[in-house]
Amino acid sequence: MNLTLKVWRQKNAEAKGKLVTYKAQAISPDMSFLEMLDVVNEDLIKKSEDPIHFDHDCREGICGSCSLHINGQPHGPKHAITTCQLHMRSFKDGETIVIEPWRASAFPVIKDLATDRGAFERIQQAGGFVSVNTGGVPDANDIPIPKVIADEAFNSATCIGCGACVAACKNASAMLFVSAKVSQLALLPQGQPERYRRVQAMVAQMDAEGFGNCTNTGACEAECPKEISLTNIARMNRDYLTAKIFKEEEV
Amino acid sequence: MSNFAQTFSSSLGKKLIMSLTGLFLCTFLVVHLIGNLQLFKDDGGQAFNAYSYFMTHFPPIKIISYLLYASIIIHAVYALVLTIGNKKARPVAYASYKGEANSPWTSRNMGILGTILLVFIVVHMSNFWAQYHWGELPYAKYEVSLTDPQDVKVTPIPFNASVAEPAHADYVDSQAGKKVLIAKDLYKIVNESFQQWWYVALYVIAMAAMSFHLIHGFRSAFQTLGWDNNKFVPLIRFLGVWVFGVLIPLGFAAMPLYFFFK
Ligand code: SF4
Ligand code: FES
Repeated sequence: MNLTLKVWRQKNAEAKGKLVTYKAQAISPDMSFLEMLDVVNEDLIKKSEDPIHFDHDCREGICGSCSLHINGQPHGPKHAITTCQLHMRSFKDGETIVIEPWRASAFPVIKDLATDRGAFERIQQAGGFVSVNTGGVPDANDIPIPKVIADEAFNSATCIGCGACVAACKNASAMLFVSAKVSQLALLPQGQPERYRRVQAMVAQMDAEGFGNCTNTGACEAECPKEISLTNIARMNRDYLTAKIFKEEEV
Repeated sequence: MSNFAQTFSSSLGKKLIMSLTGLFLCTFLVVHLIGNLQLFKDDGGQAFNAYSYFMTHFPPIKIISYLLYASIIIHAVYALVLTIGNKKARPVAYASYKGEANSPWTSRNMGILGTILLVFIVVHMSNFWAQYHWGELPYAKYEVSLTDPQDVKVTPIPFNASVAEPAHADYVDSQAGKKVLIAKDLYKIVNESFQQWWYVALYVIAMAAMSFHLIHGFRSAFQTLGWDNNKFVPLIRFLGVWVFGVLIPLGFAAMPLYFFFK
């Protein structure tokens, strides 16, 4: 396959970036999107040009590092996969592909396509945990949890923190991510003691980071590689409003 | 900051305000539509004019109407504040952005639709509401026979600056065997306004905007409240699309069209 790439190149956080056109030649349809970029980068290195900077780590859809906005969609045109799981067979020979970094003031560009997603870490540090040591392994069924609840908590816990929800949202809102992290603990007995503090602290940190406000478009849910659902956002709203209006618990 | 101020300046607090004011405006639409159905009565405006007087003079309704004006303003102001925040959250726009691939058109255009509605509300209120309160309005006198309610005599009392404004009256004249109503003739103003094609067009366009605004807005308000219980979501979606997105806008749009083609 031969492709034309329009890639966002930006020297550093302060510099002004622009789209630069590259040719990707002799690409196998079985390559992943990141492997295709590796090929382009090898060419650039041979020509002693600066290779394209992009984040990646596991390359199997579990770490959430890869973060490319491809042809107007985070993680590209396919449903429920990350960029590293996207294959070149999803594109047509001769196609032009626009590749941009996540766009959000809370995710500043470090270089080219790599963004600083430290905002997510700080939201997690504000309350996305249970503050007691887990201790030894308890007996099975010591703490009864209905299967549906356990499954729901597990679904929420599959969020890999990639930030595609923010990237997809027209408001650059982080509510899908935050609500997944709130939900995975709010659903389980171990999360209860800190449930209402947690949601207040995490929402406050989310606001402080400068993410936008959800308008329930559902773009996040549609683009999330792990299919985190809007139900999580409703649950976060419910917990937050309960905490603020019906409970006395402060952060 | 107090806990209270903090709540309502947070993202979720602001959304709560949008949701509650929006739902309140939705309930108002239902009442407004049902009341205005009296425009379709072919009685020279008797029922409609009596209803207009009641709506502007019955104290509990007056209180609710002030709440309503406040809700419109708060809904618009908070929408503006939230939108500015959202624009700031993405200072550099995407060169390529495929919104249609992941979200419905209505949900991405609430601001534009809302702005059309706000302009409409201003025009609508200055033409009817402000006219009714402070304008130079004609009156109409309706005399209904007590024995035969079909026997109605309508006497228009045009506005005349040189004589005192007639007093509103609603009484039974048992000697003459008549029920008499003297009321401001808002019906006439409505009828005259809707003879202009561009005015009718404005109304129809605004109702189309309202339909799209509510198709997303109604269900969205419940999501914001965290009310996404599986038992109710289908009902909420049904009401949002068929009642608030179709039935109510159609009902309102039928009014100017009715007068235009009558
Ligand atoms: S919610 Fe989905 S899109 Fe958002 S960070 Fe988690 S995995 Fe990524
Ligand atoms: S590189 Fe780890 S999810 Fe893509």
